[in-house]
Amino acid sequence: MTCEQIRELLSPFSDDELDAASSRAVERHVAGCAACAAALDELRALGIRVRREADYEPAPDTLRARVLADIGLARPGASGPRAETIAPGRARIARANPWRGLAIAAGLLVLLGGAWYGGRIGAGEDALMREVTAAHVRSLQPGHLMDVVSTDQHTVKPWFAGRLDYSPPVTDLAPDFPLIGGRLDVLNGRPVAALVYQRRKHVINVFAWPEPGARDAVGPTTSRDGWHVIEAAHAGMALRVVSDLDPRELEGFAQRLIAAK
Amino acid sequence: MADDIQASGPARAALSARELERFERCVLPHLDAAWNLARHMLRDAHEAEDAVQEAMLRACRHFGGLRGVDGRPWLMAIVRNTCLTQLRRRRPAGQAVEFDEEAHTPETAAGPELELARVRASDSVREALAALAIEFREVIVLRELEGLSYREIATVIDAPIGTVMSRLSRARHQLACALRGETAGREAAEHGGDAS
Repeated sequence: MTCEQIRELLSPFSDDELDAASSRAVERHVAGCAACAAALDELRALGIRVRREADYEPAPDTLRARVLADIGLARPGASGPRAETIAPGRARIARANPWRGLAIAAGLLVLLGGAWYGGRIGAGEDALMREVTAAHVRSLQPGHLMDVVSTDQHTVKPWFAGRLDYSPPVTDLAPDFPLIGGRLDVLNGRPVAALVYQRRKHVINVFAWPEPGARDAVGPTTSRDGWHVIEAAHAGMALRVVSDLDPRELEGFAQRLIAAK
Repeated sequence: MADDIQASGPARAALSARELERFERCVLPHLDAAWNLARHMLRDAHEAEDAVQEAMLRACRHFGGLRGVDGRPWLMAIVRNTCLTQLRRRRPAGQAVEFDEEAHTPETAAGPELELARVRASDSVREALAALAIEFREVIVLRELEGLSYREIATVIDAPIGTVMSRLSRARHQLACALRGETAGREAAEHGGDAS
């Protein structure tokens, strides 16, 4: 293929949306053509820049309140924002309302009823599942994915020291599942380590927190709303692996994760 | 929990408690995505709020009985249509809002110069994105900010995947040109050649 033809494929190629044959053709060409390789780099850099710099913000609380009222979810006595959020200029107050975290709202009642003990599987698992998927969704918003951006496990691991009172297992699984960074997240009101991996365009979040005595294992996959969550345990940590990646691939990832030293 | 919802009274969109719970789980989490798409499409916060409110209400009405649908692209399609309707209302009569694929497709015959003529140099992503034609802006938002697959975007904009592919490709090209500070053709001339 000519450079011109390749250039037209770079955009879908960078999105991992080409069929296998075209994709291989682009790979081969780019390996031997500095100009096209530079064009591909530029395209990828553009994507990063757009994701980082474009306007993106959570829906205003006033809007959320209006929507919830419309669909009949703003109920008296519940945590929904009420009159004060309707008055403009009181938005600051509304900021603090619990509706901001969507899944918090969804999971709140369940959480209140069935306590969750350090991630033990039981009555609280459903709520935890929701929290985990909500945290995953939140992380996919631009600027939320990573606090420390690094493909180097020796950078990511120390980053957590001082931020958490435990040290999560950090393993790079490149080239199949490269580690791209980490961040602090919150599950059930406490900070947990979130490690971010990538498989093609799919982001995989691995949440980790201590669970003393847990034996290394990969548990069942639960799917909800297009997200897949795998329970696992490794090195005395409870893990939750979340992604929209194909469940079989995700399980393969989880297996490799706990096989790591 | 279900009782609470039922007791809450006027579910104006008339979903059963069970359906409401499902709506809360499958659709409501995408409110932020809906808001951002509307904001980028309408470029006006107030209008975006109205559009999203209306879209959520519509979504709620059509939600009952819906199964096996991925909430996000489904909601995004509704938001997009609501925004387009709003834009049509906004335009003075007679001004077409339909996207003319040809007008935005210089392709190889006209060369990239014509395309560049539509792009204003910009040093911020915000500006450059806002200056894109809406059909390009929406695919950038859906892809880069929402991370939808081409198939999902095709669902949202109701177009074949091939169209998604070529629009994204051209949208990126325009963005890159704008950010590189390249201005060409008409606009540069109009602005007294302020291109670098």
